Amino acid sequence: MSILIYAEHDNKELKSETAKLVHAASQIGEDIDVLVAGHDCAAVAQAAANISGVSRVLVADASCYEYQLAENISGLVVELADGYSHILAAATTTGKNFMPRVAALKDVAQISDIIAVESADTFVRPIYAGNAIATVQSSDQLKVMTVRASAFDSATLGNAAPIEALTQAHDAGLSSFVSAELTVSERPELTAASVIISGGRGMQNGDNFALLNGIADKLGAAIGASRAAVDAGFVPNDMQVGQTGKIVAPQLYIAVGISGAIQHLAGMKDSKVIVAINKDEEAPIFQVADYGLVGDLFDILPQLEAAL
Amino acid sequence: MHNVNGNLYYININTNFARNTNEVDMKILVPVKRAIDYNVKVKVKADESNVDLANVKMSINPFCEIAVEEAIRLKESGIATEIVVVSIGTLACVEQIRTALALGADRGVHIQTDAELDSLQIAKLLKTVVDKESPDLVILGKQAIDSDNNQTGQMLAALTNMGQGTFASKVAVADGQVAVTREIDGGLQTVSLTLPAIVTTDLRLNEPRYASLPNIMKAKRKPIETIDADMLGVNLTSNVSLLKVSAPAQRSGGVKVADVAELVAKLKTEAKVIS
Repeated sequence: MSILIYAEHDNKELKSETAKLVHAASQIGEDIDVLVAGHDCAAVAQAAANISGVSRVLVADASCYEYQLAENISGLVVELADGYSHILAAATTTGKNFMPRVAALKDVAQISDIIAVESADTFVRPIYAGNAIATVQSSDQLKVMTVRASAFDSATLGNAAPIEALTQAHDAGLSSFVSAELTVSERPELTAASVIISGGRGMQNGDNFALLNGIADKLGAAIGASRAAVDAGFVPNDMQVGQTGKIVAPQLYIAVGISGAIQHLAGMKDSKVIVAINKDEEAPIFQVADYGLVGDLFDILPQLEAAL
Repeated sequence: MHNVNGNLYYININTNFARNTNEVDMKILVPVKRAIDYNVKVKVKADESNVDLANVKMSINPFCEIAVEEAIRLKESGIATEIVVVSIGTLACVEQIRTALALGADRGVHIQTDAELDSLQIAKLLKTVVDKESPDLVILGKQAIDSDNNQTGQMLAALTNMGQGTFASKVAVADGQVAVTREIDGGLQTVSLTLPAIVTTDLRLNEPRYASLPNIMKAKRKPIETIDADMLGVNLTSNVSLLKVSAPAQRSGGVKVADVAELVAKLKTEAKVIS
């Protein structure tokens, strides 16, 4: 078993998903390489080499990888694929984008969004928005998989794996980067935060989301939202927690003015502790909440901020 | 495809002339999947062999519906000239093709098979349609709400060696290129692809229309070509087997607290998630 993990990063920072994938990979086999593909990404490679259990870090540093375009990255990964039994990437918008290309070019199936490893060829994944859990077995020689990082613990740090530079640059010439509008925030990212406070339609408008700021500051929390709040235009889509948004599993999840639609629950029900604040005591969110507080969020939020 | 520098009005009223220039024809292929209706809550069979789809309402997968809508808007704005909708599966899929025709697609292709297929086989079958139809743009849903795989569009792009714009929230076609604004984890990213290209839709791309009764009637006369999947030279065997489908672990509700003070105390001393 030789496993290649695609590192999740933004050229500056290695994202927390990667250490979780190393932990997932360690349940499959022991020979684990990490591929860092990007541009001016030396710091990322250093961080990857620090993860315990990593045998080697391969670095493909070229301008054609700067934006991790699927057409170029898939060419690189396909070239490296021989010799590996498994290729893993996080089920982020990066991994979801290029991995099926890799699978198709290698003429194998992809297993998407695994949440558990049963054995080297058998994996568990949610289907129907998490309303059913499938166990699947692959007989492909090469297993191409995306991994739901939040379902796995992190591998520990404290390693000094060798770093090897790759020289080949795959520029497919099919696509080019035009622009990016990235949300700039001082808060932790939703998928990495240990505490999340999310607002729903009950917040009534985008301005009221400011009521969550003080609490988030005190708890070091990320701020999320339900799809209803996003669709109503209160906040941008990248704040969305749910089946069609981000899947999160923090230590503490505080749902404020969120009724608890299935699609939202699918994105947060694996949180360790769930708190629900809602004025409707019949709201379905209370059926999954460890602690429910019935009341008007506009009264409760300032009290909560003061009490922390 | 239209040259955006040209006179769209002139081109539109001179269809015959325009077609002869060979620059204005733009064909869009839209694959659609028959899937469980969005409003149905799926149940797992007692023997855990699969989910129970007997007598369950089926529809066009919502993301595929958004793909159909986007193609229709491109046609209405004079950019696209023909929309071909394709579905793969049992005879029942004709129902979803008819729905897409009623929404505004021009003709349908049904690749008939009773086999349970993975995304890779679907992408290979779709490639045969792409080879035959030579579309300028293929628009697919980013994923189906049953298998949640999110693979087919990317696989089709790989097999046809096309560029891909996945998770699209905006699509703009001009000068032989398509600019796709993608919903990515940190915000939005726009990429430019040379046509022909593949686009997969995210939720915010558009809001699909409802079919009108006259258009539903008209759709009954639109052509649907049926192709036997076994005749397309694609190996339909999947290397992934489904061992078990189980219901997710249920989370039991906890306690109601009386006020903020009790909540904070419980979080500190009982759950120990804040200090």
